[in-house]
Amino acid sequence: MKVGLFIPCFVNELYPHVAMATLELLEGYGVDVAYPMEQSCCGQPLANNGDSSGACDAALRFTGVFKDFDYVVAPSGSCVSHVTHHYPWYIADNADFQRLQPRVFEIVEFLQDVLKVDKLPKPVHFPHKVSIHQSCHGLRELHHASPSELMIPYQSRLERILQLVDGIEIGQPERRDECCGFGGTFSVDEADVSVAMGRDRVAQHEATGAEYIVGADPSCLMHMGGIIRHNGRAIRPLHVVEILTGRGGAA
Amino acid sequence: MKADNIHHPDAARAFLTDRARASWHDQAIWFVRQKRDVQAKQLPEWEELRKLAEQIKAHTLSKLDDYLIQFEENARRNGVTVHFAADAAEHNRIVHQLLAARQVKKLVKSKSMLTEECGLNPYLEERGIEVIDTDLGERIVQLRHEPPSHIVMPAIHLKKEQISELFHEELGTEAGNNDPTYLTHAARANLRQHFLSADAGLTGVNFAIAETGGVVVCTNEGNADLGTALPPLHIASMGIEKIIPKLEHLGVFTRLLARSAIGSPVTTYTSHFHRARPGGEMHIVIVDNGRSDILGNPDFYASLRCIRCGACMNTCPVYRRSSGHSYSYVIPGPIGSTLGPSRDIKKHGSMAFACTTCGSCSNVCPVKINLHEQLILQRKRAFDAGTLKPAKKMGLLAMRFLTQHPALMDAGGKAMRKVVPILPAFVKDGTAWSRPGRDLPEMPEHSFKELYRRRQEDKQ
Repeated sequence: MKVGLFIPCFVNELYPHVAMATLELLEGYGVDVAYPMEQSCCGQPLANNGDSSGACDAALRFTGVFKDFDYVVAPSGSCVSHVTHHYPWYIADNADFQRLQPRVFEIVEFLQDVLKVDKLPKPVHFPHKVSIHQSCHGLRELHHASPSELMIPYQSRLERILQLVDGIEIGQPERRDECCGFGGTFSVDEADVSVAMGRDRVAQHEATGAEYIVGADPSCLMHMGGIIRHNGRAIRPLHVVEILTGRGGAA
Repeated sequence: MKADNIHHPDAARAFLTDRARASWHDQAIWFVRQKRDVQAKQLPEWEELRKLAEQIKAHTLSKLDDYLIQFEENARRNGVTVHFAADAAEHNRIVHQLLAARQVKKLVKSKSMLTEECGLNPYLEERGIEVIDTDLGERIVQLRHEPPSHIVMPAIHLKKEQISELFHEELGTEAGNNDPTYLTHAARANLRQHFLSADAGLTGVNFAIAETGGVVVCTNEGNADLGTALPPLHIASMGIEKIIPKLEHLGVFTRLLARSAIGSPVTTYTSHFHRARPGGEMHIVIVDNGRSDILGNPDFYASLRCIRCGACMNTCPVYRRSSGHSYSYVIPGPIGSTLGPSRDIKKHGSMAFACTTCGSCSNVCPVKINLHEQLILQRKRAFDAGTLKPAKKMGLLAMRFLTQHPALMDAGGKAMRKVVPILPAFVKDGTAWSRPGRDLPEMPEHSFKELYRRRQEDKQ
């Protein structure tokens, strides 16, 4: 099995340790992982601003870069969801994409559904309380958990995978899956609403008594992290792979 | 009527300057979302009901012309006069002619977003007809000379103290008495006088049943019943999308409507109107006003399934933190942000971007409209229509180019990582990202690509 590591553009520049943790985690399970250097952005910022021509070209490029891998895995629910759920708006008829689409996974999905892991590569002791941040695209498009709006049985991928960590205490904020307000370019187009939402979200996570906000989407964590730092708060955002590789808390 | 040129980010920014009030607005509306959850949870078949409602509406829209004709025939058979209006102007003209021919001086209206969409009130007032909105929330915003900020709770942006002040000035209530029961009784007594002296009543329509030719109006205050039972003339205004095929389908929607809208199992009144009361007249005005264009658009026709419950507004984190008055179209929130841009992308383009694409609206929607996806699709139209600000358009074109040239993107990323840390604070704090109170991310020394390349070299 050959896995292509898809590292979203902003994660490449700003969160290299999250990318590295993803790589090490996969390798820890004995997976053969390669990172194609010619990858760039999945095109979501273009698509979400109505540039369908740019979004289409980005989708074709992504497909070309990754089409020969057995699986593609990324540490971002939103970017994965853009590929699996929104590329069809642009390149539905592309045969390479049709073959690729079912093989693109967010890292937690991949661990649970493809590798079907029941333990971590190396045991991790993390004696801290975390508050789970359900990022919207992972939640409502990839079905990472049951969204609070739907009257369906409760499940949560993040809670399940974090149960493999020793000593961890898992909490949930009030309004368990309200958006943090990042929203891509929304965060600057509608900066005031974005920050107002983020402040509320951080406060809800803090109210659980958690030391860390844990999520599977670096963009939401970046946004909340900026608000946390600006206001000198103590809670820290962490990507789930940082905990699963035992790097959590070091950052 | 809404002011022209409302730009959502600017209006939202103004709304958020009073943080305590904005927080109250968010919590008051979130409370309604929670009530909705409690009610929905009590029905084990909730998700099946949504699916069924979606399918009934989808079927109806696929044969809308047939059902409209069937409805018209059955309504006429009941003695109701049916009028078709191609647009808002024709709707207003028809209503005015009906009123003028009967020397109507005063019209009592129960809640109708359609008449708001058509601008009926100012049209009639300019022609000397007094219009009294009789839904309490509608009456409040009417007295304040402002548009509703929510389609189900028109005055949800106001606190009881403001209503007390308004009623003191307009209805002569005690100054400083903020007791909601006292204020409601005062409004009720005042409205009763208007009901008794009105010459005609106008209602909206929640559902129009093709099989029977009857219309159904759902209210909580009984104002539609009084407004139609007392005056001799009843006019019901409805959009073409209000049709459902059969009476047996109605229960699917009434079970969803009040639960989704306000977290009640049912509205207090579900009134069926099939014919004029003895000695009276009943007219139904069926309005297109752009709906046929939406119906013909594969990306957006699902928005015509909407039953105007307002649940998408209550769940929308952006709506709750910006209020309905920040949206340029008469219907705010997620559903308004597809209907408005469908009508006029240049005027309402900013609404399509007032969305994080979180998708909560699509999940609460009782008729399963893909709202957040429609908003992304509306952005295509905004982009193609050239409504994006030049700086943003330039940024996107640059991004488009870099996406195809990873080496340049990497160089740009590296420059950012090196430059941002040495920027003076006033530059950093002045960026669009940081201005409202959010620090830029810390800039790492190396990108992942750099680290990975070194790792591969070390391996060899």
